[in-house]
Amino acid sequence: MATTSERPVALGNAWTRWFRHGDGLFAAIVALFSVLVVGLVFAVGVVTYLGSAEARAQFGAGFFTGIDWNPIETSIQAVTFGAWPAVRGTLLTSLIAVTLAAPVGIGIGIYLSELCPRSIRQPLSFMVELLAAIPSVIYGLWGVLVLLPFFTDVLANPIADSLGTIIPALAQPVGTGRGIIATGMILALMILPTISAITRDVLAVVPNTQREVMLALGATRWEVIWGAVLPYSRAGIVGGIMLGLGRALGETMAAVMIVGNTARISDSWFQPATTAASQIASELTNATSPLHESALIYLALTLFAITLTLNLAARILVAQLSRGAASSRF
Amino acid sequence: MSLRTGAPPNYARRRIIDRIMRALTVVATATAVVPLVLILGYVLVVGGSGLSVSFFTETYQAPLMGDFTDPTLVDPAVGAPEGGANPDDPYADLDLGALTGATPAEPTDGHGSIDLSQVSSGGGVLHGIVGTLLVTLVGLLLALPVGLLAGVFLAEYDNNWLATATRFCTDVLSGAPSIVIGVVAYILIVQQTRTFSGLAGSIAIALLMVPTITRTTEEILRLVPQTVREAAMGLGAPTWYTTFTVVIPTALTGIVTGVLLAFARGAGETAPLILTVLGNNTLSVNMLAPIAALPLLAYRYTESPFPTEIQLAWSTSFVLVVLVLFINIALRLATRSRLRGR
Repeated sequence: MATTSERPVALGNAWTRWFRHGDGLFAAIVALFSVLVVGLVFAVGVVTYLGSAEARAQFGAGFFTGIDWNPIETSIQAVTFGAWPAVRGTLLTSLIAVTLAAPVGIGIGIYLSELCPRSIRQPLSFMVELLAAIPSVIYGLWGVLVLLPFFTDVLANPIADSLGTIIPALAQPVGTGRGIIATGMILALMILPTISAITRDVLAVVPNTQREVMLALGATRWEVIWGAVLPYSRAGIVGGIMLGLGRALGETMAAVMIVGNTARISDSWFQPATTAASQIASELTNATSPLHESALIYLALTLFAITLTLNLAARILVAQLSRGAASSRF
Repeated sequence: MSLRTGAPPNYARRRIIDRIMRALTVVATATAVVPLVLILGYVLVVGGSGLSVSFFTETYQAPLMGDFTDPTLVDPAVGAPEGGANPDDPYADLDLGALTGATPAEPTDGHGSIDLSQVSSGGGVLHGIVGTLLVTLVGLLLALPVGLLAGVFLAEYDNNWLATATRFCTDVLSGAPSIVIGVVAYILIVQQTRTFSGLAGSIAIALLMVPTITRTTEEILRLVPQTVREAAMGLGAPTWYTTFTVVIPTALTGIVTGVLLAFARGAGETAPLILTVLGNNTLSVNMLAPIAALPLLAYRYTESPFPTEIQLAWSTSFVLVVLVLFINIALRLATRSRLRGR
């Protein structure tokens, strides 16, 4: 972290100091733009809050537990909006993603920061970060055209035929493979760089004395990592996982292309489902009524509130550890 | 009892655990690198193979208007070949050629359907390239002043509550799902103006670019040595003059690459565009109307039943990936040379 900026020694009175040389004006202008950035965040919150007023008034908190999502009135079903299919899909895909990505991401962080030869550390870090730079629509495209066929043949069908006979969540029908598990796998890939980069950064600020003490006691490299390095940075790693979770919850394109966009609850996780983000993306532009629109905006408000909370918690955890030195980029 | 000089008794077991766990971290790293190579490989190879001049110079062309592989199979004067027509097909007598200007393909399975892999279409993504450039550039113009000046504030006026709040808000903005930003732009602009527009997309993209530009600007400005600022101030320059004539020019390369990075991210954003820009099959430069964009084309063509359009999706991804790779590698090189130079 760089220095605190030192102001020139004050000559003359406060008026001269602040306004005569234009510095006061300058400070006011740049501060104004900072306020604008803060205002943008408030605007996002306020706009989604106001936009969802109708749905909030009609459904209240029961919105999240309602299981029926019927935008169009039919002879057998009235128009009703229940977000449980979307909430369930969002939670399941994100949990699968985090379960898959957390151990791998932490492993990458450990390798990059502790074990990897110095010469390949930079290129490897860069490659992992590149995963974060690829536009999400390309993950979706690759997921649909390359991963899904492979996933259906090699993973989904064999699993559904064997384990699926015991566990209903893994049962047939697999169909095209579009569903919660495939989406979770793609999301895992997309949040890997977040988790691994933050793990690497928080491991890098662990003082060397921690490692040296363990080594002096005769510990192996892994015992040093497990006994001295990881406990020291536990809070930061948890923060990284939370940031990854935040990304997975809000990721839209991969979900909208792979999850199947069906607001229905199936027993099997191989079956098409929906997530909050993909429901917004696929329905908002063709919303059938103001209430439909409002319900989708309610989902957006919820997503924003959840990611804001996760970000706040994660940043507090990461900042506690690195004292603002590292990992401010994510 | 003599002093033990060898390894402790449990050392063999501990060493095996050590080996296994270290190997697992290597496996973990491979787990990330392999998909990256696969994704980039597919996009570069499959997408690159579909590149042609017409890809960059033509706009959307409906697949059925192309030339079929063997136009001699059906002679409209004679009618459908023996056994090819389905007696239940109400459109068996329909002269598709007269309607579309093309020759109908041979019904491949006797049910009057067309073998989709036989359908060829030319066409390119010029409209998408133009649309993405317009939407992203206008977004960049909107985001640039806000991001730059807020970044200057964070770097030059550190340690106050506003700086803390701004930092937190940039984190929240960059962590917020892009679809939520799209929803905001949809409510504020699309609903108010009652039309999807390129401008609404630009505003959504700008919202997503602001945090990136702010944080890169701050980090780069912090790398400018304090002595440089002090030298300027020692000559009697006020802070604003120092900032604009000394600090920012010193950090200009870094700022430019940071802005390029924001541009690359903005160009690849898809979710907010679905809600704001909507897409367009023709070449349009009207920012107040729906406009095409590359990521939207990649998204829509992925769901297409026509192999030629799927090929277009790959090639569109190729353009996006090359843009992202190029800018990221440029940023990498610029950062490295700056750090080494000091």
